[in-house]
Amino acid sequence: MYMTNSIINLEHITHKFNHSVALSDVSLEVKQGEFWALIGPNGSGKSTLLKIILGLLKPSQGTIELFGGPIDSFNQQQRIGYVSQKSNAFTTKFPATVLEVVKSGLTAKKGLFKRFNKEDEQQAIDALHIVKMADRKDESIGDLSGGQQQRVFIARALVSHPDLLIMDEPTVGIDRQNVESFYSMLSELNREYGIAILLVTHEIDVVTKLATHIACLNRSIHFHGVHADYEKMSEAELSGWYGHPIRRLHQKETEPVK
Amino acid sequence: MIEAIFTYEFLQNAILSGLIIGLIAPMLGLFIVVRRMSMISDALSHVALAGIAGSLYLSQQVLFFAALNPVYLGMGAAVVGSLLIERLRRVYKSFEELAIPIILSAGIGFGAIFISLAKGFGTDLVGYLFGSVSAVSRQDLYIVMFIAVMVIGFIYFLYKELFSLAFDPEYARVSGINERVIQAAFMIITALVIGASMRIVGILLVSSLMTLPVAAAIQVAKSYKGALAYSILFGEIAVVIGLISAYYLDIAPGGTIVVTSVFILLLVLFWKKVRS
Repeated sequence: MYMTNSIINLEHITHKFNHSVALSDVSLEVKQGEFWALIGPNGSGKSTLLKIILGLLKPSQGTIELFGGPIDSFNQQQRIGYVSQKSNAFTTKFPATVLEVVKSGLTAKKGLFKRFNKEDEQQAIDALHIVKMADRKDESIGDLSGGQQQRVFIARALVSHPDLLIMDEPTVGIDRQNVESFYSMLSELNREYGIAILLVTHEIDVVTKLATHIACLNRSIHFHGVHADYEKMSEAELSGWYGHPIRRLHQKETEPVK
Repeated sequence: MIEAIFTYEFLQNAILSGLIIGLIAPMLGLFIVVRRMSMISDALSHVALAGIAGSLYLSQQVLFFAALNPVYLGMGAAVVGSLLIERLRRVYKSFEELAIPIILSAGIGFGAIFISLAKGFGTDLVGYLFGSVSAVSRQDLYIVMFIAVMVIGFIYFLYKELFSLAFDPEYARVSGINERVIQAAFMIITALVIGASMRIVGILLVSSLMTLPVAAAIQVAKSYKGALAYSILFGEIAVVIGLISAYYLDIAPGGTIVVTSVFILLLVLFWKKVRS
């Protein structure tokens, strides 16, 4: 069912901050329709890798291709939706409605000097429908709960119809119940809309149930492959690369979003 | 006062300039406040002081400067200051806020040197420091109008980029918005507004007109457009009440405008408390 077009192709990425190695010889390919979970302990280089993919950081060595071309000549940023950690995203008291926030996801696609019109507004409302937040469009973003705010940020990322969603620990600061429905929604986006997802997270057990592919990073890639192969790894192997003991939890499947 | 407005050109200049500044200063101020850059307008106004003082000093020494409106050199200094702040913010990446006190100190330092060299400027300088109803010339009014057109055009055409950068700068960068160019243009526009506002509000109080109406607006607005509308409304109320009282009391309008803004802010805070 999935097409095999390459969306992200990292080859032999190494990055150093001063003299310390943050990433060493990382190679990874994300193709259309895949749901990747990038997992690893604190300080494993996950955020550094995301910054490199997003073009915010230039690696010391290695090559990056986005949608089949080198990152330096990539100019279709609207094909990538980005959702950062909620805590980094905005000031809680920022005076903006949900709709204004989602429309801002169209800014770069629209181009300089052009103003939003009714069609753009409708696109934003459609994106809010996908994340089940359309009825809150006129509310102030600061009045929503953490989980609802994160849904709005996903709508902002979706509004430009991206082929890829990149998320950096999107559930930090969200309560457990909302985390599960949040991940179910991601899984639905991946399955029903064919959007590729690259998700950086600590929440290994929840995510590895939903992701189609898993990459284990601790400065270098220790494992990358399909979900079934990941499940074959023993707890001892997992603990070995993670740096401290890991035990698989066998919790029930999360409920899909109603 | 109505009759006086139709009779005296200086009053027409003051009222029209005041109304325009009451529109553009809070309008730009909203973008400054939500980006937590309120101190930048303070720093730039002190750099403008150096430019004004330099121009007034040079007008005593060089014939060319005697005929030049000091506002031009004040604005020029503020623009240079704005670009230097941007440069310093990149030099001190981990301590970006250091750029502001550095430029603010430099502005006051140069200002003090020029004032000392000229052995004081008397009422001229006081007018620039605290604003003046009588000192606004027709040429000053034209400068204010020209800058207002630039500011409104800038915000109208770059509203969505400015909103994105204000709300979530990291997301804006990732989505392909050219932050560097827009930020540089924003700083230059801010410097020009400060330059335009100083005749009416005064160098020392201009940053208040950019922040106080916004501080009140974000207490009541739910949307960004609402915050923009409230900021302008509170700014205009402050300017109108401030100018009228300055005229009747024969005092500097900068003080009356800013004190009115403070009262508006207190009223809004009180109203919000009562309501909750």
